[in-house]
Amino acid sequence: MGKATGFMEFRRLSEENLPVAERIKSYQEFVLHLTDEQAKTQGARCMDCGIPFCTTGCPINNIIPDWNDLVFRGNWREALDVLHSTNNFPEFTGRICPAPCEAACTLNINDDAVGIKSIEHAIIDKGWEQGWVVPQPPSKKTGKKVAVVGSGPAGMAAAQQLARVGHDVVLFEKNDRIGGLLRYGIPDFKMEKSHIDRRIEQMQAEGVVFRTRIFIGTDKDLGVNNMATETISPQTLMAEFDAVILSGGAEIPRNLPVPGRELSGIYPAMDFLLQQNRVNAGDTLPEQTKATGKHVIVIGGGDTGSDCVGTSNRHGALSVTQFEVMPRPPEQENKPLVWPDWPMKLRTSSSHEEGVQRDWAVATKEFIGANGKLEKLRVARVEWKDGKMNEVAGSEFEIKADLVLLAMGFVSPAQKILDAFGVEKDGRGNIKANTEDYRTSKDKVFAAGDMRRGQSLVVWAIREGRQCARAVDEYLMGSSVLPR
Amino acid sequence: MSNSSLPAQQGLYDPRQEHDACGVGFVAHIKGKKSHDMIRQGLQILENLTHRGAVGADPLAGDGAGILLQIPDAFLRAQCAAQGLVLPPMENYGVGMLFLPRDATARSVCEQIITAKINLEGQQLLGWRDVPVNGSGLGESVKKVEPVIRQVFIARGTNCPDADAFERKLFVIRKTVEHAICNLPDGQGKGFYIPSLSARTIVYKGMLLADQVGKYYLDLQDASMVSALALVHQRFSTNTFPTWNLAHPFRMIAHNGEINTVRGNVNWMTARHAAMSSQLLGEDLEKLWPLIVEGQSDSACFDNALELLVAGGYSLPHAMMLLIPEAWAGNPLMDEERRAFYEYHAALMEPWDGPAAVAFTDGRMIGATLDRNGLRPARYLITDDDLVLMASEMGVLNIPQSKIIKKWRLQPGKMFLIDTIAGRIVGDTELKNQLAASKPYRAWIEKSRYFLSDLAEVVDQSALKAALLDVQQAFGYSQEDLKFILAPMLSAGEEATGSMGMDAALPVLSNKNRSLYDYFQQLFAQVTNPPIDPIREEIVMSLTSFIGPRPNLLGIEETDPPLRLEVHQPVLTNDDMAKLRNIADLTNGRYRSLVLDMTYPADEGAAGCTVALQALCSAAVKAVAGGYNVLILSDRAVSPLRVAIPALLVCSGIHHHLVREGLRTSTGLVADTGSAREVHHFALLAGYGVEAVCPWLAYETIAAMPLPAKVDVKEAKKRYIKAISKGLMKVMSKMGISTYQSYCGAQIFEAIGLNASFVNDYFTGTATQIEGIGLAEVAEEAVRTHRSAFGTDPVLADALEAGGEYAWRVRGEEHMWTPDTVAKLQNATRTNNAATYKEYAKLINEQSQRLKTLRGLFQIKPAGVPVPVEEVETAKEIVKRFSTGAMSLGSISTEAHTTLAIAMNRIGGKSNTGEGGEDAARFNSSKGSEKLSDVIGNGRIFSDRELLAGDSLRSRIKQVASGRFGVTAEYLASADQIQIKIAQGAKPGEGGQLPGHKVSEYIAKLRYSVPGVGLISPPPHHDIYSIEDLAQLIHDLKNANPSASISVKLVSEVGVGTVAAGVAKAKADHITVSGFDGGTGASPISSLKHAGTPWELGLAEAQQTLVLNQLRGRIALQVDGQLKTGRDVLIGALLGADEFGFATAPLVVEGCIMMRKCHLNTCPVGVATQDPELRKKFTGQPEHVVNFFFFIAEEVREYMAQLGIRKFDDLIGRSDLLEMQHGIEHWKAKGLDFSKVFYQPQVAASVSRRHTQTQNHELEKALDNMLIAQAQQSLSIQADAYISSSISNVNRSVGTMLSHEVAKRYGQAGLPDDTINVKFLGTAGQSFGAFLAHGIAFELFGEGNDYVGKGLCGGRISIMPPDSSRLVSHENIIVGNTVLYGATSGECYFSGVAGERFAVRNSGAIAVVEGLGDHGCEYMTGGMVVVLGQTGRNFAAGMSGGVAYVLDEDGGFKQRCNLAMVALEPMLDELAVLESTDAVPESHGRVHFNHLNLADEQVLRTQIEKHLRYTDSPRAKHILDSWSAYLPKFIKVMPTEYRRALQEMAEQNARQLEAA
Repeated sequence: MGKATGFMEFRRLSEENLPVAERIKSYQEFVLHLTDEQAKTQGARCMDCGIPFCTTGCPINNIIPDWNDLVFRGNWREALDVLHSTNNFPEFTGRICPAPCEAACTLNINDDAVGIKSIEHAIIDKGWEQGWVVPQPPSKKTGKKVAVVGSGPAGMAAAQQLARVGHDVVLFEKNDRIGGLLRYGIPDFKMEKSHIDRRIEQMQAEGVVFRTRIFIGTDKDLGVNNMATETISPQTLMAEFDAVILSGGAEIPRNLPVPGRELSGIYPAMDFLLQQNRVNAGDTLPEQTKATGKHVIVIGGGDTGSDCVGTSNRHGALSVTQFEVMPRPPEQENKPLVWPDWPMKLRTSSSHEEGVQRDWAVATKEFIGANGKLEKLRVARVEWKDGKMNEVAGSEFEIKADLVLLAMGFVSPAQKILDAFGVEKDGRGNIKANTEDYRTSKDKVFAAGDMRRGQSLVVWAIREGRQCARAVDEYLMGSSVLPR
Repeated sequence: MSNSSLPAQQGLYDPRQEHDACGVGFVAHIKGKKSHDMIRQGLQILENLTHRGAVGADPLAGDGAGILLQIPDAFLRAQCAAQGLVLPPMENYGVGMLFLPRDATARSVCEQIITAKINLEGQQLLGWRDVPVNGSGLGESVKKVEPVIRQVFIARGTNCPDADAFERKLFVIRKTVEHAICNLPDGQGKGFYIPSLSARTIVYKGMLLADQVGKYYLDLQDASMVSALALVHQRFSTNTFPTWNLAHPFRMIAHNGEINTVRGNVNWMTARHAAMSSQLLGEDLEKLWPLIVEGQSDSACFDNALELLVAGGYSLPHAMMLLIPEAWAGNPLMDEERRAFYEYHAALMEPWDGPAAVAFTDGRMIGATLDRNGLRPARYLITDDDLVLMASEMGVLNIPQSKIIKKWRLQPGKMFLIDTIAGRIVGDTELKNQLAASKPYRAWIEKSRYFLSDLAEVVDQSALKAALLDVQQAFGYSQEDLKFILAPMLSAGEEATGSMGMDAALPVLSNKNRSLYDYFQQLFAQVTNPPIDPIREEIVMSLTSFIGPRPNLLGIEETDPPLRLEVHQPVLTNDDMAKLRNIADLTNGRYRSLVLDMTYPADEGAAGCTVALQALCSAAVKAVAGGYNVLILSDRAVSPLRVAIPALLVCSGIHHHLVREGLRTSTGLVADTGSAREVHHFALLAGYGVEAVCPWLAYETIAAMPLPAKVDVKEAKKRYIKAISKGLMKVMSKMGISTYQSYCGAQIFEAIGLNASFVNDYFTGTATQIEGIGLAEVAEEAVRTHRSAFGTDPVLADALEAGGEYAWRVRGEEHMWTPDTVAKLQNATRTNNAATYKEYAKLINEQSQRLKTLRGLFQIKPAGVPVPVEEVETAKEIVKRFSTGAMSLGSISTEAHTTLAIAMNRIGGKSNTGEGGEDAARFNSSKGSEKLSDVIGNGRIFSDRELLAGDSLRSRIKQVASGRFGVTAEYLASADQIQIKIAQGAKPGEGGQLPGHKVSEYIAKLRYSVPGVGLISPPPHHDIYSIEDLAQLIHDLKNANPSASISVKLVSEVGVGTVAAGVAKAKADHITVSGFDGGTGASPISSLKHAGTPWELGLAEAQQTLVLNQLRGRIALQVDGQLKTGRDVLIGALLGADEFGFATAPLVVEGCIMMRKCHLNTCPVGVATQDPELRKKFTGQPEHVVNFFFFIAEEVREYMAQLGIRKFDDLIGRSDLLEMQHGIEHWKAKGLDFSKVFYQPQVAASVSRRHTQTQNHELEKALDNMLIAQAQQSLSIQADAYISSSISNVNRSVGTMLSHEVAKRYGQAGLPDDTINVKFLGTAGQSFGAFLAHGIAFELFGEGNDYVGKGLCGGRISIMPPDSSRLVSHENIIVGNTVLYGATSGECYFSGVAGERFAVRNSGAIAVVEGLGDHGCEYMTGGMVVVLGQTGRNFAAGMSGGVAYVLDEDGGFKQRCNLAMVALEPMLDELAVLESTDAVPESHGRVHFNHLNLADEQVLRTQIEKHLRYTDSPRAKHILDSWSAYLPKFIKVMPTEYRRALQEMAEQNARQLEAA
């Protein structure tokens, strides 16, 4: 346990960020990880609870008290081992996870939660700095072949786990680079992509074969970005491999079908973010959607919306406004009734700090433009009652807009892929499979990540990838030593 | 014994668990003058000891009583002559007293066998005599089994050269007859028993009430029957079954107490079989086996052993010293020769350990001895006409004071002997010195002893056969073993503390690979014997162990003593082990050791285990035959290719195998095992026969662990060994066992989840109640552990298993409290959301996937057709059966404590004070519009609340625990129920400690102590060392509040049913059976997990035993321990509970999130902390708690509706509605069998199965009724009253009910000084002046017994010899043991000497006494004691407050004082006093600043002057007359912590004065 009275002596310390004026000049990360001394003090705040609620608050069940204590004692190397024992990619989660563990932290009941995420961040960054993160190739090969379709965090986690127990794993990606939404959906200023590249190197050394620009399916036209140059049919794949994991994400964005939607200047957020990420990666695009000098409206109040805000500001937008249809959440949740669950409360992201007008309970009624080009939005205020939305009479107003980014979440995986595999779906269009064995209705086909559970967090994707890997290993070998 | 009349084993009831205790006494004429008067007086003693016995369901059926006399030659001669039988001269014939079967045929068979055996042994049968009896007064149940009682007369045969030889022969005849009849087929021998067969003594006894003995046996009424001695005994048994043979006296002894180690002693006796030979007994020795027949009482076993020793040639006192030695090891005061005597004999036999006052006689000598710790009372007096009277209490015979020349007591470990032939009393010193000098014991020891530590060093060269991590995993090490077990030992040198009970899965239900150790639970002492405090009473403890063969027990005349190899404590280092392996070289071949490998090829899998075990057993036998006398059982060979058999299995298996082969005492057994790491493991290995253990892997692990600053590996290992040693003492003392030697092989454990045939084969004699896994599964579990260690599991590649038993871990063991269950329960109760509660209950109740508790495997069958839920008894009624647990204000915050009280009072349930008193401000109901802080006081509440009109903060249950903190007449008067906490689930058999940092100003006030000074609760109640003591305390408390019910809280273990029956007979109104898993308090973590059993077992056993004894109706039965849902309540009710206690769950409702850091005072939600900042964070509300209990009740109602039962009463005891869940697939759990748990005793329908009657406490007989009547004016208008009365030992708890009347009216303040004045003349019964209130002054001319002034709270007691006495006051005893226990205020003046444990836990009373026994002022926290005479040993142990002034005439006081917590100071001279008396503030509660630096001389002199005034003590007068000579001889005993705290308070006070 950190220090018995640490939580009474030390305050929570958030990671230092570069000042706004400085950070919006570039796409580089601006969150500085804790110093060793800071991390030690923050670790000391952990109470090593008899029931560590953080562990179950965390989707991958990070053994948080243990590494908090190890950091407190300066035993970073072991802390890294403990961290890696539940999490393949702590450098991802240590940067972009909303940290439900901290919501579940018992200190959060009546104080500020332990800065779990910042400690995780510090541990893994030190791990890389010190060269402690090395490949863990299997001691012997099983001769079994596993295909993983989709290289987001779920696919990566599954591939790594399976490779480490000796299976021959091929990870297929339809786009040109590995990482899925992690690579193209998350702006660099939140997570630089070198982190993914390092993991790719590690996984290659562990035996994972990466194949990009390959589409597994029949009809390439998915309605989402698809850079594939080669197509392999599901049947071929299933014939060649002993098991197949579908981990293609939930990519179909939610649309806003109101009058004027066809006007130019209205884009799904992901198109906008992807372009900037590609540019950052050194690609030259024929045409990039930019917010420079524009009045930008972001519709949707979630994390993707935030990313659009941050990117727009870096483009040099004239103004950025963000609308959310749900009412403004309270500043502070009712902790006795909510803890240890994830609270609905007002969250202000680092991108928000960089400049934005936020408005809640606003519904877009119409896009208005001229010459096929967007000029403004007509919106109205709404009220919510018993889960139903009603427009407030007489509350309509118009707002100027040059660029609208639709960040209202994702509907489902691309149905065509599911259909090509012929797997059964659930009511929401996701692949039907349980979290015990992750099996689809098709023999030897498994599903994990957003493709199975619908849109979610990176950390959930990692969890599903790991658990699915174990299920596959059990399926192939009869039993498995992989942890769930 | 097969012919015992106890019921057969059935359900969970097992006759082996029966206990007894009692009153004992004897009279004897020193010069051996025989008279009938002696017999009459013996019978008189019995009658006056009646209250120490008990009656059961049948008021005419006592527990047994009897008398042992010298052979009344003239009487028998005349009786025999009348029937034509001529007896040879005295000493040439023997008389057998026989209980014969009622069936004529069976009787005739028995008589034929007797005749045959007499002839076979070369003696002559003279004839038979029918013993005339009058059975008219016997109870119906007794009559049914009344034996036919006859005497047989045997003439000395020619093969017996003298009387001693004849006596031995009679012993042989008795044993052979017993064996033959015991082995008769078809129970023909049932009812047969030989009370005595001797040429010297005869026993008349039976299933009789004390006063029936003389009426039943007509012989005893005959004036021609004479004896020079009479030994009598009145039994208090836990059962109510008529058992004629279990009455005392036995052939040589009558015993008050209990032999805790009897299982081991009996085993060791058996083990000696082959190695024993006797010159005197010769070939007859073999005929005595089995020497000790299975199934007898501990006293009977002891008697058997004593008989053997005496027959084998030991003198009676010599044999007694061998069986019950004094504590010699740690006693610096003992004479060297005597120490050598004990040391020599220690190798011969392990002590028969436990509380014991044993009176013994061979017909010529009569005497008594007391156990080493003085745990039973035994007082004696001598008259000027050579009469000696010894008894458990004084006043049992009316002897004129003027005739008495000495009154004294048996002291711990001391003996007292009357030699009627020599015609004199032989004192302890003379007797023992003579024996000690009779042989050159010291020289013998020096010649024959090796200390392992003194042997030449050998460097240990063993090395691990695989990587450390893998080896650790092969022995099942988890991360928690390092974090919770080892690390704290390395930093503190002691075992870690944990909190909040145990809610993890039982091993047999676990999906994890658990070690075999986990399947055993430690047994502990409750009620029938006391645990020991191994820290404060370390002087009686010893960890010395002998490795290697034991000498011939009967080799008395041998002059070449056998070798002995000793270790100071049983935890060996690697170097020690290396020495043992090379012992032949180091001892010139006198010792030879052999290593037996406990591993076998891993590729043989689990199946290989059986063969390997068998091979090990044969190898052990072969090794012993081959002359190896130290066997080392080692698992160091463990490797990827070799799997270790669980060391416990091998050790116990070989131990039992060698016992059975009679070879066990020919060799030593040492375990060299990687599996042992925590205290429990060492205790188990010892308990199953291992003499020493080397935990080699623990050492390797420590060497690789991060160590605390300034600790190197060597020091770390030292600390580890120290921690284990201390822990072992704690485990031993939990059962009241003081020496490792006695603990070794004593099997103080029960198994949970192991099947009976496996236990029988390898752990013979251990209780296991619910079956479970066997050898195959045990082996499989070991193999699985091995496989995962050397397998490919990536989680285990560079880390140990998480463990998750002490704290929840996602990959760890299953728990009932999980993030989900805690969150859902809190949410449900805060929002009053029944749906969320149901989700919570479902998570707890449905365990089909994740088994955790036994009840999780139960299935409930409907009793009939379902009924509409509306027709079921309302929730409002059901919640009245609920109470909250005993959590003291101290362990939890005032906010948390009062919230529970308010909630329980709102619903009509009961909250419990816990130990620690209660603020009188909480007793009245609120009128509303006030805040909590208005009641409790400003500055004492940090999270305030409004009180509603009618809210009450009063806890309806007032607890009385061993610390007696704040237990006053007023406190008791405010109770609806008074609960005596015998044990608590988290740490049964242990005391507690409230660390100084938790003792706030408020808590100190309530507990009558000093803020900031830690408080100790002793392991035992010092007024309950046995069942009749408990009966006395119940009586005291009933007097202290006649309208309150008296509850006794027990913890579930095997035998708890029997204890419960005893408690019911001791007239408790209410019994709580707690599960081992409950417990919100802090506790050593091995106790948390490994002591006690689940409540399902204890409750069912209690219910079954109580019903079987027809006692169930008299008491209410409550269950607690991790109760969480309505289903738990339902199952509790079906198994027999009327009421239900909840502790953890309501705390969770209040906000507890199972931090499990209660002991650190850092509870982040303000529940279990006293830190003001943290208490601000407390958010619990009474409403939430109320919601919780209604949810529970509603859930119960739903079940009741489904079952078709409308009234809750109709659920109780319906265990027939329970069955084991079908289709359990779990590989371990499927072997369980709950049929014993669900068993219902077959009794008449009229026998109650739930609480329906009340106890008869016989308060109408109390002397206080008269006192109250005469003090009416004092009570109503505070008028002075002067009363006088005679008093005798049957007048118990005098003054207590009167004090209740005072407290009820006037509270703690009581009446003005000296309002009610009572003069008594005579010998007071126990508990004279208990809880005596302020304003009452008792003067007693005579003497007191035990517990005078118990719980004194303001009254004054003075006791002095009557005018007619000739005794010198400071040389004679005037009050018994445990005087002033738990006193909080008041004054006492005793003109005489007190017994052991004077002023234990005194927190404010002032006492003057003229001498006292051992352990004086133990655990004292306040008040003052002045001793004007000799003090005993271990004075001031654990004394943290108050002050004592001791007259040290011989200068030896320092050696007798325990200086761990006190300093001895000289009396301050006048000048020093003058300098330091500035600014002495007023007294604060019972804590006196003047203890700090007041004029000692002035204080002392004032007290002695008062002593003179109140008792007219010549001693006081003498001292005052020569004041200047005596003053320098006084020593002031001052607790160091107390001084520090007082200084701080004085400084603070001074600062405040300055500021003002």
